[in-house]
Amino acid sequence: MITIVDYKLNNLRSLENTLRRLGHDVRVTSEPDEVRAASKLILPGVGAFGDGIRNLKQLGLAEPFIENVNSGTPALGICLGMHLLFTESEEFGYHRGLDLLQGRIVKLPPNLRVPHMGWNQLHPNGANGLTNGIAESSFVYFVHSYYAEPASADIVLATTDYEIEFPAIVHYKNIWATQFHPEKSQHVGERLLDNFARL
Amino acid sequence: MLAKRIIPCLDVKDGRVVKGINFVNLRDAGDPVQCGLRYSEEGADELVFLDITASSDRRKIVAEMVRRVADSINIPFTVGGGLRNLEDIQDILRSGADKVSLNTSAVSDPSLVQRAAERFGSQCIVVAIDARRENGGAAKVYTHGGRERTDRDAVDWAKTVADLGAGEILLTSMDADGTKKGYDIELTRRVSEAVQIPVIASGGAGGLEHLYEGLTEGGASAVLAASIFHFRELTIAETKSFLRERGVVVR
Repeated sequence: MITIVDYKLNNLRSLENTLRRLGHDVRVTSEPDEVRAASKLILPGVGAFGDGIRNLKQLGLAEPFIENVNSGTPALGICLGMHLLFTESEEFGYHRGLDLLQGRIVKLPPNLRVPHMGWNQLHPNGANGLTNGIAESSFVYFVHSYYAEPASADIVLATTDYEIEFPAIVHYKNIWATQFHPEKSQHVGERLLDNFARL
Repeated sequence: MLAKRIIPCLDVKDGRVVKGINFVNLRDAGDPVQCGLRYSEEGADELVFLDITASSDRRKIVAEMVRRVADSINIPFTVGGGLRNLEDIQDILRSGADKVSLNTSAVSDPSLVQRAAERFGSQCIVVAIDARRENGGAAKVYTHGGRERTDRDAVDWAKTVADLGAGEILLTSMDADGTKKGYDIELTRRVSEAVQIPVIASGGAGGLEHLYEGLTEGGASAVLAASIFHFRELTIAETKSFLRERGVVVR
């Protein structure tokens, strides 16, 4: 059973439906106890970092999420969900994140067209369960104005180029996170979500 | 590299797909979910649904369509048409659309763009600009499905909405729309050079060359077309292989 954490910022239908179509059990919840007891977690999201972390805390989800992930439960952060896993963000001011991953969230350079919106290519650094079967240069769907700058390059599992190179997937212990939206990335995204479900 | 996007547009009325030629003369052409699925399987990068439902329970009808589309399609899609306020926008996003497109309501109250971007994020706020040239020169913004002229200059308006927090501009040339003679490349270029957000070129696509011009000379991040895809004059697959052969990065 995969537990999708609903912190009331987004519609989660696409993610839920994609996982169901792939034949996996899914639960979408805002209940702290269900998040604490989950055997596999997805922290999804699109939107502003400040709103995301505020909602997670107000709904009492931040603490059980951190506890459960620290106990070794596999977790996948998507887009804003990826950002929230990091230490801090400079998005519209300064915000502390969940600090499960070391690093900060910074703005894409001002000379680029922002948001970085559309299909861009993945460049995996090596083999990993999450990217199993996903070819070099596969296209996935991005929409974001900020990106993750991890404290250690060792956690970068795949990169993407948009004038600059930034992490598209990170992996540290039982935590994975994608800057792009697998639930909007058609077959490549399905493969990745299926891989996560089978980890 | 970031790929240029090919976006089929579906006009919908009362939950069914139609296509307007110059915004009138509609022809019924099917179910939005089936059409959307077909495009997504053929390799469309995104979909745009423009709703022109006029009935009193349009909100319900549109939300239901959006839910059905979101349940079966896993590429991003935008819904526009008649969204007047934050509640309308929220309805559509909660039903599962990735983005909404604002047109008339943004012109009548530009603060809506800002409020919507702050509440839902810039990435899901598209501003659609319908523009018509005056004596072949500067283009003015039109509202209400192209029926009402405003005094706003299209390029200035594009800059304004980008500053207000719009995440993308959908620029339709009313002069070119329905002609199949190609996008208004010069106008597209002026708008895409004036703003730092992605611009979608729309109106006038009649063949492969036009899509190519919009993405290269026009500087657009994406091209939108309705009838050429809808009536199978071109498929998404042949469009993409044509563009790829000419060095345009496509998925």
